[in-house]
Amino acid sequence: MSASVVYALAFYAATAILIIGVARKIVQYAKTPAPLKIPTMPAPVTQAGVVVRMFTEVALFNSLFKSNKWSWIFGWMFHFALLLALFRHLRYVIPADSFLMPLIGHEIVQAFGKYAGFAMLAGLGGLFARRIVVDRVRYISSPSDYAMLLLIMGIAFTGLMMSFVNHTDIVLLKEFMLGLLVFNIQPLPTDVVLLVHLALVIILMIIFPISKLLHAPGVFFSPTRNQVDNSREKRHLAPWAAELEADRKAGE
Amino acid sequence: MADFDVPELQEYSVVPKLEEGTMAHISSFKAKPKFQGPLGYPDELVDNWEEKVITKMDELRGKYRGFQVFLDSCVKCGACTDKCHYYLGTKDPKNMPVARQDLLRKVYRRYSTFAGKFFGALGIPGFVGAADLNKEVLDDWYTYFHQCSQCRRCSVYCPYGIDTAEISMAAREIMSSVGVSQKYCNEIIGKAQTIGNNLGLPEKALIDTLEGLEEEVEEDTGVAVKFPLDQKGADILLITPSADFFAEPHVDGLIGYAKVFHEAGASWTMSSHASEAANFGMFIGSYENMRTLSLRIRKAAIDLGVKRIVFGECGHAWRVAYSFLHTLAGPFDFLDQNYPIPQHICEYTNDLIENDELKFDKSENDHMTVTFHDSCNVARASRMGDKPGGQMEIPRAVIKAVCNNYVDMAEDTIGEATFCCGGGGGLLTDDLMEIRVKGAQPRMEAYKSVVDNGGVTHLAAICAICKAQFSKILPKYGYGMTDIVSVHQLVSDAIILTGSEDDTSEDSDTNESE
Ligand code: HEM
Ligand code: SF4
Ligand code: SF4
Repeated sequence: MSASVVYALAFYAATAILIIGVARKIVQYAKTPAPLKIPTMPAPVTQAGVVVRMFTEVALFNSLFKSNKWSWIFGWMFHFALLLALFRHLRYVIPADSFLMPLIGHEIVQAFGKYAGFAMLAGLGGLFARRIVVDRVRYISSPSDYAMLLLIMGIAFTGLMMSFVNHTDIVLLKEFMLGLLVFNIQPLPTDVVLLVHLALVIILMIIFPISKLLHAPGVFFSPTRNQVDNSREKRHLAPWAAELEADRKAGE
Repeated sequence: MADFDVPELQEYSVVPKLEEGTMAHISSFKAKPKFQGPLGYPDELVDNWEEKVITKMDELRGKYRGFQVFLDSCVKCGACTDKCHYYLGTKDPKNMPVARQDLLRKVYRRYSTFAGKFFGALGIPGFVGAADLNKEVLDDWYTYFHQCSQCRRCSVYCPYGIDTAEISMAAREIMSSVGVSQKYCNEIIGKAQTIGNNLGLPEKALIDTLEGLEEEVEEDTGVAVKFPLDQKGADILLITPSADFFAEPHVDGLIGYAKVFHEAGASWTMSSHASEAANFGMFIGSYENMRTLSLRIRKAAIDLGVKRIVFGECGHAWRVAYSFLHTLAGPFDFLDQNYPIPQHICEYTNDLIENDELKFDKSENDHMTVTFHDSCNVARASRMGDKPGGQMEIPRAVIKAVCNNYVDMAEDTIGEATFCCGGGGGLLTDDLMEIRVKGAQPRMEAYKSVVDNGGVTHLAAICAICKAQFSKILPKYGYGMTDIVSVHQLVSDAIILTGSEDDTSEDSDTNESE
């Protein structure tokens, strides 16, 4: 089997695992009741307030900012760079005639995305150093915590290599990716840096739903952050808790 | 109880280097078999408990979304590691919030996640932070989940709001389900469920105590302030922690509430059936037990035909009341909907103050300079008033209305960042004295700073547990046992009762009308 076929099949498998895995987790979170009101107070008293709170958490890492400035700066830098890089990568999977292309293909997006790789590496490097240097963080780290940072650093590093040192055949790559979307396997460029880059990305996709990367969907379902503080005004009752009340109605 | 050194208070709190195992020897007494059955738990460690632990954990994951999300989401960023007063005071790494969670999470990962099963099968579960369940792990759970006061400080700082309190509650519930429970909590719940309060005070004793208080106040002030019990048809039902009936300085707070009700001309009563605000069902993570206790309050309110429910000064009780009571024992459509259900005594008093319905002689409190200890469960798990943060502002407003000298402790030790007293969450027992003393260190350091630099002489609180804890712990750190005061004790000392010797209102009234 050629590299193209192996990579194509691996991409299909990884995509399926990522999508089905994360979807199952989201369904699990959404279906599980939160029987008690446990927002960390002071909490918003309206749903709109919760949206604002969630936004500051997801976009600005507000709680982390309160907690530790080093973690915040490294962590935020890494994630923001990740987002920029992700935007930039859309051009490989979006057809040239798509209405999104003017936006994604825009110089600014592309340039930011290109240099974001450095910020990503810097952020990850800081997080890695923290894990080693701070005795408390070292104590709570498992090998997989280091491995995951190394994995993403590997992705960023190989990505930067291709951007600045060892250009790959972008046109061919794009044909391969667009081919995947219509189940038509096209040849993949064969330079090693690209193959390593893609292999690491495939691994990342596979581990996403079975690792701490679940923090990304998890944060939206965290009751301490997404509940409205209105327990006196509105009765909050989970289905399984309501069942306990069968005895009560009779007794009253 | 082993001997131990009381930590030396520093000028500035420092985050210590970790020292493994410093608190491994602490183990709270276990509940006796006879107290287990009534709460729905097996008498002692059951056979094949390993399997049952996993089954129970699965069940709780299905019932509590927070538990499931928290188990999955932690990225081991370490942001919480220096936020727990028990870590700061003991240096034991297992008292870092994330490490405490990991005691449970590693078992979840091992048996209930693909990663743990996969690497477990390869013989390296530790690679992904998974570990086998065995007796040693269970013992660690018992030790360290009883060194968490469920104060939620870690949850404020976690980027996902992971609340170690929730994990501790779940862990205790799991342990109880296989027959391993703590004596202190379970015996108290037993008393509250059979007699009506944590102290096991029967109705007769309550009547005597309250009559004693009536005499005492009348002797003191010349005014007949009532302490009514089981008065049908009263407007307000006061639910207060039973420590208020006799412990110091709690009882001075109760006298304060009574004087406020008296001055407001309110018709109020306490209940012998629900003579307890505290609800230790929360500490052991048991929805069912928490609910059983809450329903006593509902029944008392219905039987007495009251229109309102007001809670006395107690931290976790206010959490259960504010955040859970409506869920556990509502709906309260039989109460007067024009008032918050339930209402905190500080809200009640503050409303009267704002409407100018109470008169104070603030100079009565001039011999002290007061600071306020935000109780965890009030600050981070409840609210007062209409606006977020009212739980910090309203008690302070009450204190400032009755005291001339008030100083706050450092910003990062109050409000949502408040440090636990060290005795919450079911830890207020003598067999845990070492962890209680050491866990109080961060709070004591903040207190020392305002004593040294702000001339503070007294620490005011609105929690029965905080008050009991501080009256034990303050002397260990070289402060007076009576430095801890109830907020309504300050109110009580300053309030001018109509018709008392201090009351000059009639003169001034005549003056004004001239
Ligand atoms: C909703 C989107 C997301 C939010 C709000 C979020 C937030 C956070 C925060 C606050 C941290 C802790 C700070 C730190 O130590 O860096 C963190 C850690 C981490 N995040 Fe995310 N994240 C999101 C999505 C992602 C995605 C898509 C990835 C995929 C690669 C990712 C990878 C990581 C990794 C690897 C860490 C651990 C860093 C370490 O080991 O120190 N995150 N995330
Ligand atoms: S809830 Fe409080 S006591 Fe428990 S781990 Fe968190 S900070 Fe420590
Ligand atoms: S702050 Fe939250 S995510 Fe970070 S280590 Fe602590 S519990 Fe885990």
